[in-house]
Amino acid sequence: MGLLKIFDVAGSAMAAQSMRLNITASNLANADSVSGDPRKVYRARHPVFAVQAFDRDQGDTSTGVRMLGVVESRGAPAVRYEPNNPLADAQGRIYASSVNSVEEMANMLSASRSYQSSLAVLETSRDLILRTLSLGR
Amino acid sequence: MNVRNDPIFGIHGYALALRSQRMQVLASNLANADTPGFKARDLDFEQLLSGESGSPLPLAVSRATHIATGAEGGLGAEAKYRVPLQPSLDGNTVDAQMDQARFAENALSYQVSLTLVNSRLDGLLTAITGNA
Repeated sequence: MGLLKIFDVAGSAMAAQSMRLNITASNLANADSVSGDPRKVYRARHPVFAVQAFDRDQGDTSTGVRMLGVVESRGAPAVRYEPNNPLADAQGRIYASSVNSVEEMANMLSASRSYQSSLAVLETSRDLILRTLSLGR
Repeated sequence: MNVRNDPIFGIHGYALALRSQRMQVLASNLANADTPGFKARDLDFEQLLSGESGSPLPLAVSRATHIATGAEGGLGAEAKYRVPLQPSLDGNTVDAQMDQARFAENALSYQVSLTLVNSRLDGLLTAITGNA
């Protein structure tokens, strides 16, 4: 039955979007974390989505989402001169994470909207399947 | 038996199958609204229902590795790529709002076909049992 496959498609999308929300939450939580070593400072993480084909034999009409992996931002950490900070290095400098809070907030909204639309798809398909099952009663 | 013109259910049985297939295509579009490089697809419902789809001279498929065209490839071969209204930088051509609207319209049409099939069944049951 064709409609049952929508559960796989919408489910994979919801899993991917919730993973994205999770990563955005880590980024926002670490937006203000600092380090004395530029190599150990927190770097913003972003998920990479790709298409996941479920059935190639049936003409490949249903495609879900899968996460290829997580990439770390390569932006240079911001350097601040704070000799009183206990984490400061010998030159009195600390390195702040390269998280862009505005970008992360936009990311969060986008993920939440996409999650909502997948959920709506799931609910509609479920209703239709239930109606189809009660055919002729 | 011709699926497009069933003596009992008319065109609605086939319409239901088409609608559910289209739901699947639209759900895939919505699921991949944030996937870079994904190309949105859709089924041309009217064309498929009238049976005028596919090329008048379909390519023969003699081996498993051949790409199926026309009726042999199932409805998957009929899914067409959509021309985007606003192309995005990452190559994704899904327009989430348009797809949500199409999904809603398609779900409603599915229910219409379902209701028609159901009332046909009711009529048949009345005819069989003899009491209305």
